[in-house]
Amino acid sequence: MEKTFKSPLKHIAFSVFAWLVGLMIFFPIFWMVLTSFKSELDAISMPPMFFDFDWTLANYVEVQARSNYFKFAMNSVVLSVGSTLIGLVFAVTCAWAMAFSPTKRTKNALLWMLSTKMMPPVGVLVPIYLVFRDWGLLDNRFGIMMVLFLMNLPIMVWMLYTYFKEIPKDILEAARMDGATMPKEILFVLLPMAVPGIASTMLLNIILAWNEAFWTLNLTTSDAAPLTAFIASYSSPEGLFWAKLSAASTMAVAPILIIGWFSQKQLVRGLTFGAVK
Amino acid sequence: MGAIRLEKVRKTFGNLDVIPGVDLDINDGEFVVFVGPSGCGKSTLLRLIAGLEDVSGGKILIDGTDVVDASPAKRGLSMVFQSYALYPHMTVYNNIAFGLKMAGESKAVIEEKVRNAADILNLTDYLDRRPGALSGGQRQRVAIGRAIVRNPAAFLFDEPLSNLDASLRVNMRLEITALHQSLKTTMVYVTHDQVEAMTMANKIVVLQAGRVEQVGAPMELYNRPANKFVAGFIGSPKMNFIEGAYAGQRNSHTLGIRPEHIAVSTESGEIAATVKIAEHLGAETYLHVVADDIGPMTVRATGEMPLGEHDRIWLTPDATRLHRFDAHGQAITAP
Amino acid sequence: MSTRSSTLTGRIMAAPSIIILFLWMIVPLGMTIYFSFLRYNLLMPGMEEWTGLDNYYFFLTDPAFFASLANTLLLVGSVLIITVVGGILLGLMLDQAIFGRGILRLLIIAPFFIMPTVNALVWKNLLMHPVSGMFAWIATSFGLQPIDWFSEAPLTAIIIMVAWQWLPFAVLILLTALQSLDRDQREAAQMDGAGPISIFFYITLPHLGRAITVVILIETIFLLTVFAEIFVTTGGGPGLATTNIAFLVYTQALLQYDIGGASAGGIVAVILANIVAIFLVRLIGKNLDR
Ligand SMILES: Nc1ncnc2c1ncn2[C@@H]1O[C@H](COP(=O)(O)OP(=O)(O)OP(=O)(O)O)[C@@H](O)[C@H]1O
Ligand SMILES: [Mg+2]
Repeated sequence: MEKTFKSPLKHIAFSVFAWLVGLMIFFPIFWMVLTSFKSELDAISMPPMFFDFDWTLANYVEVQARSNYFKFAMNSVVLSVGSTLIGLVFAVTCAWAMAFSPTKRTKNALLWMLSTKMMPPVGVLVPIYLVFRDWGLLDNRFGIMMVLFLMNLPIMVWMLYTYFKEIPKDILEAARMDGATMPKEILFVLLPMAVPGIASTMLLNIILAWNEAFWTLNLTTSDAAPLTAFIASYSSPEGLFWAKLSAASTMAVAPILIIGWFSQKQLVRGLTFGAVK
Repeated sequence: MGAIRLEKVRKTFGNLDVIPGVDLDINDGEFVVFVGPSGCGKSTLLRLIAGLEDVSGGKILIDGTDVVDASPAKRGLSMVFQSYALYPHMTVYNNIAFGLKMAGESKAVIEEKVRNAADILNLTDYLDRRPGALSGGQRQRVAIGRAIVRNPAAFLFDEPLSNLDASLRVNMRLEITALHQSLKTTMVYVTHDQVEAMTMANKIVVLQAGRVEQVGAPMELYNRPANKFVAGFIGSPKMNFIEGAYAGQRNSHTLGIRPEHIAVSTESGEIAATVKIAEHLGAETYLHVVADDIGPMTVRATGEMPLGEHDRIWLTPDATRLHRFDAHGQAITAP
Repeated sequence: MSTRSSTLTGRIMAAPSIIILFLWMIVPLGMTIYFSFLRYNLLMPGMEEWTGLDNYYFFLTDPAFFASLANTLLLVGSVLIITVVGGILLGLMLDQAIFGRGILRLLIIAPFFIMPTVNALVWKNLLMHPVSGMFAWIATSFGLQPIDWFSEAPLTAIIIMVAWQWLPFAVLILLTALQSLDRDQREAAQMDGAGPISIFFYITLPHLGRAITVVILIETIFLLTVFAEIFVTTGGGPGLATTNIAFLVYTQALLQYDIGGASAGGIVAVILANIVAIFLVRLIGKNLDR
């Protein structure tokens, strides 16, 4: 329903206006990136310096040297990718079954899964915390990975379910007539056709796991702590290290911002459980 | 070998009794066509034979063995789907080869069989393409190729031509008939299309609401329909059904007269009628008329007829080709 | 394709996810309910005893509860209004033929991908700092007194940054919905003589109704449990000014070690969330039948 403008002048004027709005919304991110290239002194100068400062990469170097940034980054990668991969194994089989061999209870099962996602984490914080403490899973990569996996499992099942539903049933029946057993059917027929859907499910879940900041803040301290927790450590009031905070933040959000930009279309479907496509 | 025998085959979906009980014999090498109105259970019956649905009761015997508990692949049948159901991510070659790979055939055997099938179906030049880059007719041939290579006991077709345009449909119809003549394999074919049914079948099975209304050779159904339903279903334009005095004089409740069995004259005849609409097709003319004392009728006359609205004409049905039905719609065979 | 064997295999394949989710949600929830009836403090191990509804009584009569309930509602309500209204406006804007629309869209949805802790610290320091922040500079350039956001209007500050984070979500969904609006419908309305304003109110807005509902429901679910933004900026303060229910439960459990009280609070949070969830699950369930 794209509207076209009658006069080119109006078109330009509206475009300029739209870009101003867009730049305003984007400004905090832009400002963060810019600050990461300033010295600490320039970062807090008044009036703020836009481009006329001494550009430096020192903050990036220092963030790593002083606080072992890469350990946290590594944890973020391991936790988000790991939890997504585990999730895929469970979710692909489950969504496959629900999409292609539905029973009377399938719909209820799906809605029940959805409702678990509506449970506020504080409702289960206490027992999970205690169980993790007693089982030695606090600040443990495996433990937090499982939490992230379980947290996103309903979304993964739902997303994959909506993708699988779009694959014509005929093709799977044809495979069955061709003598493919269930595992072969999945491996040779279903998976290749579902690759785009699976890929976007993966991306969305990596994003969600990467940015998850309730469980990671509550269940990790240092060994298993991902970037969310690392950045949170900058909240202590002693000294203002804005340039370093900005450098660390830029590194923490850059990869996910890029993934997010790539998967923006699928995001809508994933986050609305297929209610808006 | 591919003799298929259905014994009291039933299918229910929940409370819905889709197939209340079908008995049917399909001989080896026969070309059997299922026809019937939409929703009458043709596809369901075919899928029961294929093993894509479980029967709710009864037996399905293929060459004498009951297969109701066998998986689709174990039944040794091939199916061609209406939507073609090609694997979009595989080349034509791999689409055709897939069943053989699943059966664990050697590379050499697969290669030979696929080339052979491609040869028969004129697909050799397209083997490296994906289905997305093929025309409708070519896709249809790939789907058939996929069915052929498995060397099945019988082929199952579910409205395979309904997605093709009219002229292509005629070509494919001939190709499938030729294929049947050269392979001599049993074929079970579901269609909506009268012409397909009449021209391709050795045996037509007319279904209504999951029941077999009549089974027989095309001309047998045409000449001796067992009831009003079959009489109305086979033949185009549809048979005229006349009730009342005219039928009563001929010892029937309902009298069936095919439009092509009525002679037309502008001067004299048995029944006087007024033309409402004349459809001129060139080789023939369809006349939609209102007959005096009888009501609307359709008449099919060969050649051109210079007739139009309001023209008065006289009709004379061919007395040897009248179909008489009793109050229950069953054909009356006694004179 | 509903044969007995495929149905059975299907059940077996669906089971692991369902069972593991069941264990993950229902068992801890059961434990929370159980704990909520105990006097249970981690500082006094071995002293657990059954107290019936005492924890609920204390939690629900605690002034902190009312303060945090009010904060929660204010936070959720304000963010919803900002994001839905802003989302519609920005969605309409992005639905026009703008030069470089693709890139502009990327810029506008970017905040959604920023992790909450980064979001909070960037806003708190780089933008809202009363001395060296961007806003302070803008205020002084206009000759105004800079606002000390986190002591004068802490909840507003939190609302602004959470809204900034969720605005793109609303934009993205409403834009998708807008783009699915049938061109013919609009043109038919135009032929009927409707101007842009009546088209918006009679055609566009009703078409967006469903998407708006989805945005409201899903955002509510997430906004009820905003945590990280509070955790890294205000720690719930000053006083209780920015403590929402999620944060209150966290303080009781992990700072005061009052497991019983925190569990009761958790259950209250679950009940609040479920009121919203019921509507959402119904809505999506209806959608599933199509
Ligand atoms: N999986 C199913 N669950 C419930 N009912 C079904 C199912 N499959 C088919 N039916 C019903 O069974 C009846 C027969 O369906 P079927 O597909 O066999 O008809 P058909 O003769 O092939 O029709 P068409 O000519 O339109 O293809 C229909 O009323 C249909 O609604
Ligand atoms: Mg059918």
